[in-house]
Amino acid sequence: MTDQEKILNEVTGSDYKFGFQTEIDTETIPKGLNEEVVRIISAKKEEPEWLTESRLKAFRHWQTMEMPQWAHLTIPKIDYQDIIYYAAPKQGAKYENMDEVDPELLDTFNRLGIPLEEQKQLAGVAVDAVMDSVSVKTTFQDTLADKGIIFCSFSEAVKNHPDLIKKYMGSVVPYTDNYFAALNSAVFSDGSFCYIPKGVHCPMELSTYFRINAANTGQFERTLIVAEDDSYVSYLEGCTAPMRDENQLHAAIVEIVAMENAEVKYSTVQNWYPGDKNGVGGIYNFVTKRGICKGDNSKISWTQVETGSAVTWKYPSCILRGENSVGEFYSVAVTNNYQQADTGTKMIHIGKNTRSTIISKGISAGKSQNSYRGLVKVLKGAKNARNYSQCDSLLLGDKCGAHTFPYLEVDNPSAVVEHEATTSKIGEDQIFYCNQRGIDTENAISLIVNGYAKEVLNKLPMEFAVEAQKLLAITLEGSVG
Amino acid sequence: MLEIKDLKVSIEDKEILKGINLSVKAGEVHAIMGPNGSGKSTLASALAGRDYFNITHGKILFDGKDLTELTPEDRAREGIFLGFQYPVEIPGVSMVNFLRTAINSMRKYRGQEPLPAGDFLKLMREKKQVVEIDSDLTNRSVNEGFSGGEKKKNEIFQMALLEPRLAILDETDSGLDIDALRIVSNGVNKLRSPENATIIITHYQRLLDYIVPDVVHVLYKGRIVKSGDKSLARELEEHGYDWIKQEVDANN
Ligand SMILES: Nc1ncnc2c1ncn2[C@@H]1O[C@H](COP(=O)(O)OP(=O)(O)O)[C@@H](O)[C@H]1O
Ligand SMILES: [Mg+2]
Repeated sequence: MTDQEKILNEVTGSDYKFGFQTEIDTETIPKGLNEEVVRIISAKKEEPEWLTESRLKAFRHWQTMEMPQWAHLTIPKIDYQDIIYYAAPKQGAKYENMDEVDPELLDTFNRLGIPLEEQKQLAGVAVDAVMDSVSVKTTFQDTLADKGIIFCSFSEAVKNHPDLIKKYMGSVVPYTDNYFAALNSAVFSDGSFCYIPKGVHCPMELSTYFRINAANTGQFERTLIVAEDDSYVSYLEGCTAPMRDENQLHAAIVEIVAMENAEVKYSTVQNWYPGDKNGVGGIYNFVTKRGICKGDNSKISWTQVETGSAVTWKYPSCILRGENSVGEFYSVAVTNNYQQADTGTKMIHIGKNTRSTIISKGISAGKSQNSYRGLVKVLKGAKNARNYSQCDSLLLGDKCGAHTFPYLEVDNPSAVVEHEATTSKIGEDQIFYCNQRGIDTENAISLIVNGYAKEVLNKLPMEFAVEAQKLLAITLEGSVG
Repeated sequence: MLEIKDLKVSIEDKEILKGINLSVKAGEVHAIMGPNGSGKSTLASALAGRDYFNITHGKILFDGKDLTELTPEDRAREGIFLGFQYPVEIPGVSMVNFLRTAINSMRKYRGQEPLPAGDFLKLMREKKQVVEIDSDLTNRSVNEGFSGGEKKKNEIFQMALLEPRLAILDETDSGLDIDALRIVSNGVNKLRSPENATIIITHYQRLLDYIVPDVVHVLYKGRIVKSGDKSLARELEEHGYDWIKQEVDANN
């Protein structure tokens, strides 16, 4: 073993820092999935009839479907009857003020670096914290309400803004879209809802932290963001889970609607428990994220730093319907040990002069498999559509794999689509050059990997970028430098 | 300062250095010359600790310490600097970030606090003047898209910043036009002091017009076959290496 491998092993062997479990009273329903369970979930959330019906429709459809097999992933058979579909910290779903919140729960979010007490928060970030199936606390709601912004848990939105939910839920990702979307539409628990009225520039970052705590439970959250004409919002999402030997299922849906001149930035730092270094445990992460640029001149940007999960199946996409609308996808996906990631994007060009950019940086270490899968589709009417895609893969060591699956469907001759792809190994020469300047190998790898991912990290909001850099270092020390 | 005793170095079972003896004292400048493939870069790499060169015999002492027991980064922290013949590019890593990490690693080794950002930037500005390097260059990623000459200047710039006790410059002069050559040599001369030493590996005597060496060595087929003062370099320039090769080959 060379020194580099030794250090890589050490680095990649380090512990997941968010693996603790919170001792808290949790209300769960029995394992298993059937119409009765769907009804129970809906009843627990005191949902209106139409929503119960919509869940049941999705459930019936899901039963006719099969789990997709096309991804470059090896997944043991999942027993959907062996999962708990609803878990909630006891004590009622939502807290009116901080005194009511279980101190254990507060402590959990504090340990994750997410203080819920507003005064202690990073200025300018409103947080919705979701533990298992329910939203625990949304901060800064009043400040936001002054501007007409709605930022609340999905369940609250169902109660207080049923018209908006009815109008937009499922409008971007219908329950028929895919296997996991159907499952989510049947059993979704909670999530965040965000509405930015016409002409409003959201003054703070909105952020949701998702935490799976209870054992044997799946987490199925839904996020819906609607940005009216001339509005702007930047949205952050973070996720962690305790270390457990069994795999846990996470199947989420995120929908974004951007009207005329609206801009939505959606950033994710995904750090679900990846399993241990022998590949035991970890989250199965099957997520459907899609945004529609409905209005002319609208823009949706997805930025993701994917470091966690045993299995990642995720393709944040943009439907570019409005003329001159813009879709962007910036991604860093890191896999280590036995992690598997199949991630990428879809850019669907419908309107004239629509533009999209895809920058994907894969980093593989250990025995992991890391795939980029992307579709660029230009429809007949998308005159002068433009796409630029760049997919780079970086390999650390020689037991990991990197794969690129670009798909292109162009139906308009005026479209210009460019694709570039590179694969490189982290160079011995680069590491030695750093060593010779007094930098040890661990820090050298960290420097080189962060440099490699810089184009994407630069797209993240400041506080998140620093966090993401550290996370890369941990994942590759924990797996990337 | 540096004592190399009967050093033999192999790569993949092929012996490249076949018993090098060299002694460098503080304040001295040594030049190592020799035809292509004679082992000059191998010697430099072995001193810096490149792991695929195996030291099969002999000793390298630096201030009495056995260098071969130190990692490459610890050798650097002890004050050994290698100016690379082919500096590598590190995309996305800014010169500022790279050098700050380097300096602070060295300071930590010596038990010093990290250099505050302001002081570091001031130091960068100061040293940039020594090598007349463009500000633009230090705002870019390490060596990325640098021309050959810029890469070499960048090596000298890093040397100026890190203030090594022993600098080994591997063909820093090759590929430089006359202006760049003057700048590089000026840089080296300004950094000369009674406390530190320099080993200049070069092909051409041209550089030695600017940096006057105390001793000149000729390396050929893995051995130092001749040493002398600066007039030896001139002789080599005039007559080439053939006469030395003949001398050596006749003796074998
Ligand atoms: N990485 C390497 N792998 C195999 N052979 C090498 C390597 N580096 C140098 N050599 C060999 O070692 C010998 C000396 O090379 P080098 O030290 O680069 O000479 P110089 O710098 O004097 O031109 C040459 O025969 C060269 O082919
Ligand atoms: Mg050489």
